[in-house]
Amino acid sequence: MSRSRNGIGAALAALVLAASPAASERLNIGRVATPEEIKGWDIDVRPDGQGLPVGKGTAALGETIFQERCASCHGEFGEGAGRWPELAGGAGTLKSDSPVKTVGSYWPYVSTVFDFVHRAMPFGAAQTLTPDETYSVTAYLLHLNDILKDQDFEVNERNLATIRLPNEKNFVMDDRETAENEFWTAKPCMTNCLPKAATITGRARILDVTPEKASTSPPVQ
Amino acid sequence: MSEPKQRPDPSGRTSRRSFLRSGLALGGAVGAGTLAGRAAAGTPDAKNLPPNVPEWSQSLGDGVVSRPYGRPSKFEADVIRRDVEWLTASRQSSVSFTPLHQLEGIITPNGLGFERHHGGIAEIDPTEHRLMIHGLVEKPLMLTLEDLKRFPRVNRIAFLECAANSGMEWKGAQLNGCQFTHGMIHCVMYTGVPLKRLLEEAGLKTNAKWLLPEGADASGMTRSVPIEKALDDAIVAYAMNGEALYPEHGYPLRLVLPGWQGNMWVKWLRRIKVGDEPWHTREETSKYTALLPDGQARRFTWAMDAKSVITNPSPQAPIHHKGFTVLSGLAWSGRGAIKGVDISLDGGRNWRAARLDGPVLDKALTRFYYEFDWNGDPLLLQSRAIDETGYVQPTKAALRQHRGLNSIYHNNGIQTWHVLPSGEIENVEVA
Repeated sequence: MSRSRNGIGAALAALVLAASPAASERLNIGRVATPEEIKGWDIDVRPDGQGLPVGKGTAALGETIFQERCASCHGEFGEGAGRWPELAGGAGTLKSDSPVKTVGSYWPYVSTVFDFVHRAMPFGAAQTLTPDETYSVTAYLLHLNDILKDQDFEVNERNLATIRLPNEKNFVMDDRETAENEFWTAKPCMTNCLPKAATITGRARILDVTPEKASTSPPVQ
Repeated sequence: MSEPKQRPDPSGRTSRRSFLRSGLALGGAVGAGTLAGRAAAGTPDAKNLPPNVPEWSQSLGDGVVSRPYGRPSKFEADVIRRDVEWLTASRQSSVSFTPLHQLEGIITPNGLGFERHHGGIAEIDPTEHRLMIHGLVEKPLMLTLEDLKRFPRVNRIAFLECAANSGMEWKGAQLNGCQFTHGMIHCVMYTGVPLKRLLEEAGLKTNAKWLLPEGADASGMTRSVPIEKALDDAIVAYAMNGEALYPEHGYPLRLVLPGWQGNMWVKWLRRIKVGDEPWHTREETSKYTALLPDGQARRFTWAMDAKSVITNPSPQAPIHHKGFTVLSGLAWSGRGAIKGVDISLDGGRNWRAARLDGPVLDKALTRFYYEFDWNGDPLLLQSRAIDETGYVQPTKAALRQHRGLNSIYHNNGIQTWHVLPSGEIENVEVA
């Protein structure tokens, strides 16, 4: 191959490189987010308390807010109305046939209560509770679950993360790849895989909960 | 069929009402059922049939742009998403299901992909939407949609399955229709920016280990995503199937995490915070964790295991003819590509390989077929997916042995459809 051809090749390669910057290079698209902009949206809270806003509240104050803003769905005592979530009770039910998963019986961290109430509740009026109101509602939910006995105890940004929930220790990392290792069999049985003919053991129609409109034709327009 | 005067159904499906009337619901003999009933169901006008020349062959139809945005034929009006009203307390925090039994191939049309909202559909003016990337980065970024479209882009076909898909079937067969048992899944082609590219633009600090994507909807959806996934194949997408995302699917921006549970694919994506530990948000503690019989709960169960379902025939799509029959279905795995699908006609005693057709892509829906002659005998149809990691879709019994009945999520057990002599199909469990 001649020198000149090599030269052209190198020039072409240089052009291609210029046209597509290496993956890690900055393209300088967009702009820097300002501290004020970040502050307005940065509402997440971690189990160690990082992200908690300055503020305080008590269960006693929280009860009033809860009855006004939350009880219509969650019930006066967090027992849940209709199909809306139960927030209190359920202790000792997790191994039963009908586990009741509430803040007290199931949730691992108090920070999650604060974070979720603040970002998404009340349903349909998200981010309308002040930090103080959110501390109070959180305290009331802990009180309903017998985790905070004293309804005048002040919960604030310094002590919220020190309050522990009883079920924290029962959460484990996904271990399907080891616990369910038997499912990686690669070559499954193809013939006579059951000792005898399969028999029906359950039928959906016994429950009859399929929507009536499942295969009728409601108008689309 | 005992009630031949049911309203004509252009697609030839029997209604649930007629299904019940057939006597099946009472456990009696089914007799002629669907096979005979079909002829009487839709009665075409003879003047439009050969040897006559139909009206549409003689007069002019609508001109161009009479439908500036096209829509399906009016005779396909029942191909829609449906919900199960008793399932949730409100429609703003609820789910609708993809009509899998009425779709072909592997791509879900944009208007038919299932919905799962936690605070209703946010309707966002794209000029008022921003993506903020901040936290453990060198340069916190504020990006507009226009900015995002200046980055190098990628296209990727991927399935999105809700972790709760088939969740209603843990305690036993419950819903008659693959739309309801398996319809919390769709598969489209996404266009967007690799998340890795955006994180490089912001510059990750060395202690960056986790991301918190957040939605702009009224639920402020947040999930913790490990940095490895973000740097691997995550996409910040603004288009699906060639056009802008639909509002139901996160317009103008959503996160795409191929193979992982749908809840993490944050819609209406407005913020990505970079941190060094997970946040343990409500959706990864109270929800989307698997409660096991011993009281322990698995968290961060991200990957969707291999799964499949026969979409035709199925309860909403009965068999109308004896003789040559095309069985069709979908298989997928969040751990890789589908390696094969086996079919059983006898409830899992004997299996034979199905035929995969069309593209077989990593973490995408894969279409399979099995053609056979049906002589009218009852059948117990099953499909079993195997992925490239060697994972074999388990029976429901095997899954329950490991997880009990209360883990809600990740039910990928083998589905059984009972074909009756009438051609009607019911959702059953077998042993």
